Amino acid sequence: MAEDFVNSYFTGPDENGRFGDFGGRFVSETLMPLILELEAQYEHAKTDDSFWAEMHHLWTHYVGRPSPLYHAERLTEMLGGAKIYLKRDELNHTGAHKINNVLGQIILARRMGKTRIIAETGAGQHGVATATVCAKFGLKCVVYMGAHDVERQAPNVFRMRLLGAEVIPVTSGRGTLKDAMNDALRDWVTNVADTFYCIGTVAGPHPYPAMVRDFQAIIGQETREQIMQAEGRLPDTIIAAIGGGSNAMGLFYPFLDDKDVAIIGVEAGGKGVNEKMEHCASLTGGRPGVLHGNRTYLLQDDDGQILEGFSISAGLDYPGIGPEHAWLHDIGRAQYVSITDVEALDAFQVCCAQEGIIPALEPSHALAHVLKIAPTLPKDHLLVMNMCGRGDKDIFTVAAALGMEMNNGA
Amino acid sequence: MTRIDATFDRLRAEGKKAFVSYVMAGDPDYETARDVVLGLPAAGVDIIELGVPFTDPMADGSTIQLAGQRALEAGMTLERTLNIVRELRAQDTTTPVVLMGYYNPIYNRGVDQFLIDAKEAGVDGLLVVDLPPEEDTELCIPAQKAGLNFIRLATPTTDNKRLPKVLQNTSGFVYYVSITGITGAASASAELVAPEVARIKSQTELPIIVGFGIKTPEAAQDIAAVADGAVVGSAIVERIARGDSVSDVLSYVADLAAGAHRA
Repeated sequence: MAEDFVNSYFTGPDENGRFGDFGGRFVSETLMPLILELEAQYEHAKTDDSFWAEMHHLWTHYVGRPSPLYHAERLTEMLGGAKIYLKRDELNHTGAHKINNVLGQIILARRMGKTRIIAETGAGQHGVATATVCAKFGLKCVVYMGAHDVERQAPNVFRMRLLGAEVIPVTSGRGTLKDAMNDALRDWVTNVADTFYCIGTVAGPHPYPAMVRDFQAIIGQETREQIMQAEGRLPDTIIAAIGGGSNAMGLFYPFLDDKDVAIIGVEAGGKGVNEKMEHCASLTGGRPGVLHGNRTYLLQDDDGQILEGFSISAGLDYPGIGPEHAWLHDIGRAQYVSITDVEALDAFQVCCAQEGIIPALEPSHALAHVLKIAPTLPKDHLLVMNMCGRGDKDIFTVAAALGMEMNNGA
Repeated sequence: MTRIDATFDRLRAEGKKAFVSYVMAGDPDYETARDVVLGLPAAGVDIIELGVPFTDPMADGSTIQLAGQRALEAGMTLERTLNIVRELRAQDTTTPVVLMGYYNPIYNRGVDQFLIDAKEAGVDGLLVVDLPPEEDTELCIPAQKAGLNFIRLATPTTDNKRLPKVLQNTSGFVYYVSITGITGAASASAELVAPEVARIKSQTELPIIVGFGIKTPEAAQDIAAVADGAVVGSAIVERIARGDSVSDVLSYVADLAAGAHRA
C-alpha cells in the first residue's frame, strides 16, 4: 500500500476502534458494556480542560516532566555519524514511561467512581507505576504478574508490595505476561461494578490502544518542542523499543504526519528471529490474529494457538503488539526491525560506559539499533531515541547473563 | 430449519426443558473425548456444546483452561475437533452440535473455509466468546448465511438498552450467563435468574438456556424450571479431569439430564 493514499495518520482509530484492519473490540459480552462506558467517559475527558489540567499538574509535580532531551555527546563521537539525542523518560518517578499512562487512567477511574484498580505487568514497571498512583490516591490495587516474571523481577515485586498493592503470581497457562493479562480480564469480568482495568500498553480492546497512546503522546510532544529549541528543526529519525508498543507509540504519534521523519520500532529478537520462534518480534516473525480484544500481529502456530515469546527483557516478552503499530507496519509509515538479546546486552554496557546511564533492557534494544545505523548516517542527521526506562531492575538479569557475581563485586 | 430449531420444537411438543452439556474436544485425548461425545445423546443430552481448545481462554475459569491445555498437549486441533463431529454424525443425525470457543483458531483457518468445513462436518451452531455484536461482520453474518446458528451470550451486564443489539443477529437460542464471572464460578439462584429470563423473553422468541455454575441434578432442575433449559460444563469437565471412566462421566451426565428434564 502506498503512503500517498493516506492524508493524515491522526485519524485512527475509526468508530469501531479500527486502525485499518487492526484493533477492534473482541471481548466477551460481560465486558462489552464496560468498555463502551469507558470509551464514552474517555471521549468526554479528552476534550475536558480540567482533565488535562490535572494531568499536567501531576506530570510536572509528581512525575517530574518534562523529561530532558539529552545530547549524547560521547556516544555520538564514538559512533562517528548521526547526532544522537536521548529522550530521558527513564528519569520519571518510578523509573519508566509507564506512569504517564497510569496517571491518565487512574484520574479517569476516579471520575468514573471506581475504587479498585487491577493491572497486568511483565517487567513490573507498569505494576509499580499503577501501585504508586493507587497509593497516592488511596485506591485498592491488585497486580497480576506471571509467576516466572515474579521470580526474575523480584525487586519490582517488593516495590509493589511496599506501595500497598496485592501482587498475584499467575500460574495459569505458562505463567507469563499474556497469562497475567488473561487473569486480569477474568478478574474484571468477575468484579464489574467497582473495578477499573488499567492496561499498561497500547493493546487490548478499543478504546485502550488509542487512550494509552494519547496519554503517552506527551513523550513525542515534548520531544518536538525540545528538538526545535535545540536544533531549530525536526529530527530525521526517531527510534523506540517495542513490546506492546506504548513508549514507541508515545514518541511516534506526534510525528506521524511529518513525512520526512523516519520512524523505527525495535522488537525483541530474543535468540534470533527464525523458525524456532525464540523471540518476541510479532511484526517481523508473526502474522495477524485476534487476542486480548484486538486484531494485530501475533506469534502463533499453524492452528492459531498463541506461542510464548522469548526475550531477556521481561517488558518485551509479549506475543502481540499494539494494533496501531500493526497498521503503521502494513502501510509502511514506520519501519520495524529486531534486535537479539546479545546485541541488547552489548548496547546496555556501551550506554553505561559512554554516557553514565544504566538503561533498562527494553530501551537497550532500541539503542542497539542506534549503534548499528548511526555510523552509516551523516553528522547532521538528527536521531532521537526514547530512553524509556532505567536499568536498576535489570542488574540481576544482566549480571547473570554476563556471568558476573554480584555479591563479591567481581 | 436447523437441528437446533427442530430440537426445541420437539422439546416444546413433549413439554420438556432442554439439557445442554459442554465438554472440551480432545480432553484428555482425542479418543476419550470422542467416546464421551458419542455417548451424550443416549445419556439424555439435547444439545452438545463442544469446546474448541485455545491457549488463551480469557472468559473461562481454571477447569476449562486446564481442559484446553490437556487437549492441546495431546495434539488437539480445530480440524480434529471437526473430526469428532464427523464421527458423531456417522451414528447420530439429529442431536445438534454447537462449537464453543474463541475466534483466533477460526480466523487463522479463514472464516469462509471454516464455515464450509464446519457445515460439512455436521456442526449446527457457533458460540464464539470474543465476538460481541460489534464484530458481527467477522463471523456471525457469514455463519448465518452459511446456514449455521450463531448463539450469543447475554449477561447480567447486558442491560435493556443493549439487549436488542445482542439479540439482533442471534439465532438458535440465547445462552444467559447467570453471573458476572468466569465459567465454573459460583451459581446464581433460580430466584435471581427467573426475572432475568423474563426480561430477555420480553424481547425475543428465542429459547433462553441458562448456564454457569450448575453442578447437580437439583440445580439443573431448578434453573431449567425458570428458563427453557440448563447448561452444565465445568462440573462435567471436572469428572473427566479427575480420571472418571467414560461410562462414569456419562452416568453423571444422565443424572444431570434427568434433573433438567424433571423441570
